[in-house]
Amino acid sequence: MYTDTIGSQNSGRFRLLQSMHLDPPLVFALLLLTACGLGILYSAGGQNIDLIIRQSTRLALAFGVMLLMAQIPPQNFKLWAPWIFLLGVTLLAFVLILGDIGKGAQRWLDFGFVRFQPSEMMKLATPMVVAWYLADKALPPSFKHLLIAFVLVIIPTMLIAKQPDLGTSLLIAAAGFFIIYFASLKWRFIAGFTLLTGALTPVVWHYMHAYQRQRVLTFLNPESDPLGAGYHIIQSKIAIGSGGLYGKGWLNGTQSHLDFLPERSTDFIFSVFAEEFGFMGVILLLAIYFFIVIRGLVIASSAQDSFGRLLAGSLSMTFLVYLFVNVGMVSGLLPVVGVPLPLVSYGGTSMVTLMAGFGMLMSINSHRRLLRK
Amino acid sequence: MYRTLIKDLYMEVRMFNVRAIVAALVSTILIGLLLMRLFQLQIIEHAHFDTLSDNNRVRLMSSNPNRGLIYDRQGMVIAENRPTFSLDITPEEVGNVDDTLQELAKIITINESDITQFKKALKRHKPFQGVSLRTNLNEKEVAILAVNRHRFPGVDFKTQLTRFYPMGTSAVHVLGYVGRIDEKELQRVDSSQYSGSSPIGKVGIERYYEDELHGKVGYKKVEVNVQGRVLRVLEEIPPVPGKDLILSIDARLQSIAEKAMGDNSGALVAIEPDTGEILAMVSMPLYDPNLFVHGISTKAYKALHRAGRRPQFNRALSGQYPPGSIMKPFIGLGGLDSGHMGLHEEVDCEGYFMLPNEERKYRDWKKTGHGSTTIRKALAESCDVYFYQLAYKMGIDRIFNFLDMFGFGKKTGIDTTSERRGLLPSREWKRKEKKTIWYPGETVITGIGQGYMLATPLQMASATAALSLQGKRKQPHLLRAIRNNQTGETLTIQVADPKPATIKSKRQWTQIINGMKDVVHGVHGSARAIGYDLSYEMAGKTGTAQVYGIAQDEEYDEESLAKKLRDHALFTAFAPIKSPKIAVAVIVENGGSGGKVAAPIAKEVINYYLQNNDGKNVH
Repeated sequence: MYTDTIGSQNSGRFRLLQSMHLDPPLVFALLLLTACGLGILYSAGGQNIDLIIRQSTRLALAFGVMLLMAQIPPQNFKLWAPWIFLLGVTLLAFVLILGDIGKGAQRWLDFGFVRFQPSEMMKLATPMVVAWYLADKALPPSFKHLLIAFVLVIIPTMLIAKQPDLGTSLLIAAAGFFIIYFASLKWRFIAGFTLLTGALTPVVWHYMHAYQRQRVLTFLNPESDPLGAGYHIIQSKIAIGSGGLYGKGWLNGTQSHLDFLPERSTDFIFSVFAEEFGFMGVILLLAIYFFIVIRGLVIASSAQDSFGRLLAGSLSMTFLVYLFVNVGMVSGLLPVVGVPLPLVSYGGTSMVTLMAGFGMLMSINSHRRLLRK
Repeated sequence: MYRTLIKDLYMEVRMFNVRAIVAALVSTILIGLLLMRLFQLQIIEHAHFDTLSDNNRVRLMSSNPNRGLIYDRQGMVIAENRPTFSLDITPEEVGNVDDTLQELAKIITINESDITQFKKALKRHKPFQGVSLRTNLNEKEVAILAVNRHRFPGVDFKTQLTRFYPMGTSAVHVLGYVGRIDEKELQRVDSSQYSGSSPIGKVGIERYYEDELHGKVGYKKVEVNVQGRVLRVLEEIPPVPGKDLILSIDARLQSIAEKAMGDNSGALVAIEPDTGEILAMVSMPLYDPNLFVHGISTKAYKALHRAGRRPQFNRALSGQYPPGSIMKPFIGLGGLDSGHMGLHEEVDCEGYFMLPNEERKYRDWKKTGHGSTTIRKALAESCDVYFYQLAYKMGIDRIFNFLDMFGFGKKTGIDTTSERRGLLPSREWKRKEKKTIWYPGETVITGIGQGYMLATPLQMASATAALSLQGKRKQPHLLRAIRNNQTGETLTIQVADPKPATIKSKRQWTQIINGMKDVVHGVHGSARAIGYDLSYEMAGKTGTAQVYGIAQDEEYDEESLAKKLRDHALFTAFAPIKSPKIAVAVIVENGGSGGKVAAPIAKEVINYYLQNNDGKNVH
């Protein structure tokens, strides 16, 4: 229904994109975002052309993956979902055992020609398998189905948390949770869960190690440890705050260019943007992200079957979580967990996964069985 | 079954749409939350973070002003700034600090203490700022380093201007010296003006005229990166150099005087009576102020004080001596003025004086006495009995009031540090300080400048100058002019003069000065030995101040007394008598006789000055 309207509006100009199973508004938003990202990276990386070339190569690859995913009909994703999930869990277990042997954190599988991170795969496989499981059940799900769905989410979450990679495991848990949410999990369950989390906080605090408590305290008051753990967040807040309304101008950020801001090409790249483009720039950047999320939700509501709806909704909301955690972290709203700014931070793996997710979204949007014609 | 499925699908779509709308709302709220947070940081707290950001990157570096130079009255530089070289190491630019130290030690002297100091400084150094390894490199070392420079990246010499006193020990008590500022001084001065390594005047002219000499610190606002490396200069305020001082001191006269003092401890002050300008001010022994500029080592400091003669004690201003017989012209003038003695009235001197109803004999230095003595003879031969009697007749109150007119017992207010006031005793002073009444016997010995009375050499010279001008008094001072070497403008210093000493009759002045003339030129004058070959007329007065109290009836035997118990030798003089150009006071500690020891020194100084200056100021 929705697509019909959009299709008729853009019929002339965007036929080519549509024939490639791409969604024009989403493609333009993603291109705009990644272009902005390259611009900020050029500044954050100290105008290093090599860095831009490497990032552009990754982007090209990521868009390629997106295009590829868009060609695959969503029925196939549903079909493959349990097998991909099983493969992923096996690889995760494999990685954990290898890590035990190697005595240390292990996230990568090295196949010689390519290094592969199974946890990245699980970012897509987990929502896929939960959607696959719940799609054919009568919704809202019964308690039994709900329980199985939770187990499906918790297995990869625990395996990745054990690596340990808390950031990724939280993102995967979120992705799985959003499927259950969109499958019309009863509001009272959500309310109960929220209350339970709140009630458990002091208990968790009680069982926490001293260094973990220290980390939480540093998050709450970074100024208490200005040279140690609080340094990143203090410098990041200075960068953002000193940007003011209009910013210091592109390539003129002092916090980043004089090296005061650490990790400025990766996790803290938003602070560079905020310093150079100010509050006005920040509004525009967040608007692009917001548009992408909303467009994803629109695609979800117009999807033809439960699987597509659930997966599309979850992918869109996970993207939002990425953004919220990263910006919340660099602005001191959330503790420092290593989550990059989606599609902008320097680095490859998560970008490819994200774009593969957008590819799935577009596939869900464009492959329609001509049921009601 | 089929129906339910269809119905379920519609319901599912409806339910999903509700969920999607809630999700969209949550997205809006979360992004709104981020925007609120960013609004707080970027708009509300912007000023705060902007300051923090500037504090991160902007550093204020001070640049020291060049200290003003000091000239003598002839235009000769007596305190200047010389470039000195120090060796700095920037650890960030050196591969291995220890290796570099070893290699450096092969070509220049680096001793243990240099290395310990360096290591200490290294711990608290700021990144990309040099740490000093050696200061005060000599020219040979600089040359060696310059040749080998390419071998030592990160090793550099820094040039800075340091105070240097080209005359060495000469005039040290006039100039004083500069040194590193200490905690106490930092509290006294505007500390922002003394950032960096700028020295501060510690004593003497260097201290008194610190504000003029110091200048104003300049600032450089620089941008640094996180390691502290300076990237560019944002703003620069150049330092304002200090002003030059032109002193009244005649450097050559000063060294003549120092040489004339020989090995003795003591002091000499020479004043130009017409102006109050100090021509020479000597305190012996001397010391080298250059030792203090870089901070004196404990060893050198101990060596300086080993002899126990306290070279840093400025005897010309802080030395309070019993003036002895050099007070006689003033007491005599007071007696004539108050009418207690006539111009030609005679006193019979039998070698001692006794107060009515008292057993104690106040001896004359000449056991046999001077016989019948007028004021003129009493001054020439320094008869004690005459002045015992005169003082007794005048009484302590009149003596106090009269001597007070010449500035005894008060600071002259000379423009330098460490002046002391001496002591002019009075009834009131004794009641306050000693808690007893004034005894007549104390008046008697005040007549010959003994007892409680104390005076500094400057007071003696200043009073003698006033005597030479028949009561006209001039404020003694060291600074003639201040020159701003940026504008080239020279400001001559005007000082307010103290009240003149007034005497009723001019003939009384003449009589006193005649007596002083006879001291030098008279047949029996106590300093006649210096008078034979003078080409001008000099008025003088010898003095011998007791250090060691001799008991009644005891003989004072100079030969048998240990040198430190011997009397101080004093001599005050001015010349030429008709139009006085110079007044001098000399004290030689434990020198013995004023006429034999102190007078020849004064003569040498006056001779030199009159021959070389003709009373004109070359400058």
